[in-house]
Amino acid sequence: MQIRPILAALRRHRMATVLIALEIALACAVLCNACFLIAGRIDAIQVDSGVDEASLATVQLAGYENAHAVDLNARVLAGLGSIAGVQSVSLLNSIPFGARRGTAGITTDMAGKHFGGVVEFYVGGPGSLSALGTRLVAGRNPQPDDFRPFTALMPDDASVQVTRALAEHLWPGADPLGKEFWLDKSHFRVVGVIDHLVRPDPGGWPGDSRDWSVFVPAQSSVYLSGSYLLRAAPTDLPRVLRDARAAIAKIAPDAVLDQDGTQTLGDLRTRSFQKDRAMIGMLVGVIVALLLVTALGIVGLASFWVAQRRRQIGIRRAIGATRRDILHYFQTENFLIVSFGIVLGMVLAYALNLLLMTHYELPRLPLVYLPIGAAALWLLGQLAVLGPALRAAAVPPVVATRSV
Amino acid sequence: MFTYYLDLALRSLKRNKVLTALMVIAIAVGIGASMTTLTVMHLLSGDPVPTRSGTLFYPQVDGNPTPGDFKQPLDVMDYQSAVDLWGAHRADAQTLVVDSPVRLSAPGVNLPTLMPSMLSTTSDFFPMFDVPFRYGSGWSADDDARHARVAVISDDLNHKLFGGRDSVGQVLRLRDTDVRIVGVLRPWRPSPVFYTVAGGRFANGDTADFYGKTQDVFTPFFTGLELNDGNFQQFTCWHMPERPGHLQNSPCAWVRLWVQLGDAGKVAAYKQFLDGYAAQQAALGRIVRPQNTRLRSLMQWLDYNGVVPGDVRLQTWLAFAFLAICLFNMIGLLLAKFLRRSGEIGVRRALGASRGAVFAQCLVEAGLVGLIGGIGGLGLTLLGLWLVRRQPVAYADLAHLDVSMFVATFVTAIAASLLAGVLPAFRASRVAPGLQLKTL
Repeated sequence: MQIRPILAALRRHRMATVLIALEIALACAVLCNACFLIAGRIDAIQVDSGVDEASLATVQLAGYENAHAVDLNARVLAGLGSIAGVQSVSLLNSIPFGARRGTAGITTDMAGKHFGGVVEFYVGGPGSLSALGTRLVAGRNPQPDDFRPFTALMPDDASVQVTRALAEHLWPGADPLGKEFWLDKSHFRVVGVIDHLVRPDPGGWPGDSRDWSVFVPAQSSVYLSGSYLLRAAPTDLPRVLRDARAAIAKIAPDAVLDQDGTQTLGDLRTRSFQKDRAMIGMLVGVIVALLLVTALGIVGLASFWVAQRRRQIGIRRAIGATRRDILHYFQTENFLIVSFGIVLGMVLAYALNLLLMTHYELPRLPLVYLPIGAAALWLLGQLAVLGPALRAAAVPPVVATRSV
Repeated sequence: MFTYYLDLALRSLKRNKVLTALMVIAIAVGIGASMTTLTVMHLLSGDPVPTRSGTLFYPQVDGNPTPGDFKQPLDVMDYQSAVDLWGAHRADAQTLVVDSPVRLSAPGVNLPTLMPSMLSTTSDFFPMFDVPFRYGSGWSADDDARHARVAVISDDLNHKLFGGRDSVGQVLRLRDTDVRIVGVLRPWRPSPVFYTVAGGRFANGDTADFYGKTQDVFTPFFTGLELNDGNFQQFTCWHMPERPGHLQNSPCAWVRLWVQLGDAGKVAAYKQFLDGYAAQQAALGRIVRPQNTRLRSLMQWLDYNGVVPGDVRLQTWLAFAFLAICLFNMIGLLLAKFLRRSGEIGVRRALGASRGAVFAQCLVEAGLVGLIGGIGGLGLTLLGLWLVRRQPVAYADLAHLDVSMFVATFVTAIAASLLAGVLPAFRASRVAPGLQLKTL
């Protein structure tokens, strides 16, 4: 296929060529960045919580008097524990994808000079960590005498488990076992490392920091009350939670059941990523509409050019060009225009990404998106031009002999 | 002349229906997407108290005694600073604000106990923020001072508890205290719920919750503090509070203050007062960064908190990039359409039409495409807003088209298509008559 005559013809239609190329360039920029945003959201939705979501549910109570909190805990633990199918009931202040009650900044020295980051403190009663089903990768799980009574917001001294991500962040490369950190005056010593334990609100945290969690063993107290973790076989769970909701009215008439917070962890997870799903839907919608409009633009302009060049096509056919030659001519022409657009589009994609990076703290666009976007647009261009090009190929040579 | 051009435009659009349809679809889709997101932006970035937002200010002093080079004061104040500043009564009006969940039941109403959010505030709150009442009214400054057991409830709660009838004089039990209802609000939906906005800059753009509903119960500030003691949440603490939930003398920031200042002179005077207070407290050793005071206006405060959710801003960017693509598309198609009629234009030019006349004729045609596209775009905007209302976000119920955005839809559509038409029309008006006539 000869490119030179095509370029010569395009030079005659400079403005239309530039317009289509610009449209392709913009489409390429938006397409690459939208795909990148979608990938980011999908990554967020698929976060590994590190817990057995399918077997877990939570019951949340409010409105009771602090003076009755410990008594309430005892009643609820006993009452919910007697529901058929319940494997365990335990106290846990924060719930993955649910209630958030332990977000605080820690320091790695007693004086509070070295800030270690904002982490989630999961303060849990006996049995709660094993109910969560986290996987221990080093050290030990809490032992019965690790669960101590406390009277302030947080136990003031405890042996804790931290996630691997948090250990890597606080003490990169070092063995975290035996290391210490502080929350104001409260002191914590690491005795175990768990694989994953996601924050209650992973959506708002970048990268590994969504997994910065600490498990603090503690006894039932005013500040560890009203928030319970239920474990049951996945098939029993919906029924168990229904029974638990009904039972609460009898077990704890002095408390108000938080209808919204009392859910299975699966439902909580779905709910916490609803916004991301809606955003993915919107981005996919934009991409589809974008490709559609671009394709329609190519069809429109190619049709116009075919109609305009009917006579020339007839002449070419009359002097020996085959249908295939005509078809290839328009296909190559489209390929060239789209290629101009893509080259410009890659630059634009990067510029748009830089803009998004400054405004939305997005990471840099990985290079792999550029060839994907380019391939998509080449394919789109070829599909869009196929119809008009076939129509051009069907022009009979006899057209050359007719005056318009 | 205009009607003649309109007639020509209609004929031309009818002649090539496919190309016309392509252009109309492109502009309609582009307008639909951008106007949907722009409407949401418009609703979320609007003024929550249009009648008086220019006079509302949010004072801040840095109550955190931890030494350090912090550039900004904490988003909310500690109890002592807030109450001192409020008690000085240096502004035209001032109100303290703190919210907490409270156990609520109504004797004689057969409903399970509720846990609504209660706003503890002072009497100026209602006149200051232009809060509309259906029945009764707010309480007096005297009620504030006496820690009166009174309450104002929202329209929502009034419907839930009393079926919407006049419930002034009824009694509510808040935790263990009986309060008498003195006022019932009309439906009131400031967007965002500006008086409790704080911490937006730590939210990573996830600020949709600022646009939720208002609190259901309003009680005098000190009454609320007494009856719900132990259930207050701090914004942040620099040390562990000794009795969590009871924050009056705690090392925590949790109280907001709003002031109303009628003119620029008063604003300057109040800032001076604020600085003076901080300096005095620094001398007493309670404050370590007396220079860290701020007096932002309501809109500045919302801006500082970046209240418009990041997702919404991102969607708006995307929609406008999309509109730009649609416009490029339309320019290309219009160019094709006009130049295809070169022969016709050549005849008109040869018969004496000026370049301006050809240009105008082409623009009328582009504008007509814009108008039709605008109608399609309006439909798509309504569809888009319907989709937004189905999203699981706090502001979903707000997403409706108002008159200004209705007009803006058409203005944008026609302006966009005229803009797209300029270049093709210019090219068309440059068609040389002689060359065209020769080929005929």
